Amino acid sequence: MLRDTWVLFRHSLRATLKQKLGIVFGAVQPLLFLVLFGPIFATFGTWEVLVPGLIVQLGLMSMGLAGFGVVFDRRFGVLERLRVTPASRLALLLGRVLNNAVTMVVQTVMLLAVGFAFGMRVPIAGLVAGFVLVVVLGASLAAMSYAVALTIGEQLFAPVMSTAVIPLVLLSGAFLPMSMAPGWLDVLSRLSPFRYVLEALRDLFAGHYATGTVGLGVAVTAVLAVVGLAVGARVFNRETA
Amino acid sequence: MLRTTGLTKTFEGGVEAVKGVDISVEAGEIVGFLGPNGAGKTTTMRMLTTLLRPTSGTATVAGHDLLGDPREVRRRIGYVSQGGGVNVMAPLADELELQGMLYGLTRAAARSRYREVLARLDLAGLEERVGGALSGGQRRRFDIAFALLHDPRLLFLDEPTTGLDPQSRANLWEHVRSLREEHGVTIFLTTHYLDEADALCDRLLIIDGGRIAAEGTPAELKAGRTLDEAFLDITGRSLREEAGV
Repeated sequence: MLRDTWVLFRHSLRATLKQKLGIVFGAVQPLLFLVLFGPIFATFGTWEVLVPGLIVQLGLMSMGLAGFGVVFDRRFGVLERLRVTPASRLALLLGRVLNNAVTMVVQTVMLLAVGFAFGMRVPIAGLVAGFVLVVVLGASLAAMSYAVALTIGEQLFAPVMSTAVIPLVLLSGAFLPMSMAPGWLDVLSRLSPFRYVLEALRDLFAGHYATGTVGLGVAVTAVLAVVGLAVGARVFNRETA
Repeated sequence: MLRTTGLTKTFEGGVEAVKGVDISVEAGEIVGFLGPNGAGKTTTMRMLTTLLRPTSGTATVAGHDLLGDPREVRRRIGYVSQGGGVNVMAPLADELELQGMLYGLTRAAARSRYREVLARLDLAGLEERVGGALSGGQRRRFDIAFALLHDPRLLFLDEPTTGLDPQSRANLWEHVRSLREEHGVTIFLTTHYLDEADALCDRLLIIDGGRIAAEGTPAELKAGRTLDEAFLDITGRSLREEAGV
């Protein structure tokens, strides 16, 4: 299964690298927020607070739409062709998800580079730890995105996901910390798992490692990873997918 | 090569697509699987190729138990679905290489293997294109090429020539015949074209309403009638109308 995953990862990475512009475009929205909204935010907040928010936005938008790739593979019969090979169906999912994780890494580096240019400063340990958290989050989101794409079908996928992403981004507190929100909105945002991941990321970027916030964020990310891969694997295994 | 006993499939919601099918195919045969639309052809095909789990019944496919050992079955069969599996946007060479490697070949072996298969199907050189740049006949032969990379002993073809022009059909028949004559591949195919069944198959199975309604060589089934008449007598429905011919 490891070999199949590797072979499928290499294959989808090759396809992704042929569309380098696609990687850039996936990160355009958070980059625009960084450049055109960041300077305003920086008048009362810090770049170390804003950039983690935009990374979570990036994860939700870029990885949340990852399932689009499999929509075409299903339509052209490619998925079914692969499902008749001896390759494990979990490998069919994992190979793709690993490729998405690479995209997430590249896009996050782009965002961080621009953040640094604007004056963001993050301790190296916090940066590395945050990176790991973000990549795991991205992979889980990609896996869930495949599950959604194969379940709701190609007509609904793009409109549903691009709409669903907006409240998830807003409720995570990506643009303004939820501590500024009125009570009811604060409560609502606590229902979103992404708030906890984001707050942990902000702590890590601030150089606070051994906090309850970090612990909670890591735990939530781990749960998202397990749930994402389990749901993704289930859907890839399903008969009619 | 292929043997099923009492194979059934009931979908969620209670639709009984296949109501107990016994099929037996010997090594080296070309067997045609005929039936009106909705008779259960594709459902049966998808069960035999490990894509659908039968509701009940047993099957041995290419020497392995379908339910107990689907992975060993997958190693030994080739499957060309109705719609095919050519990615219209990706270079075919990349896709062929991936397919070969998923059957355990090294990259180098996968490459030399697909070149060999493409040459056999008169497709050499076309692998640098993307799927969308192929003609209908070429695309269908690529579908078959994908299914042959691991040298399967048993090949399933679901409506291999639907939508092809007469030349491409005749050409594909030649390739299917030579697979059997020169490489000993056993072939199980569905078709809506009775001339195809007549010209290509050693034996025919006719399925109607989820059950095998008749079985025999084309000559036996015809018994003095045209195959169309025989088919209509057996199934009581007009195949030609449904196929839109």
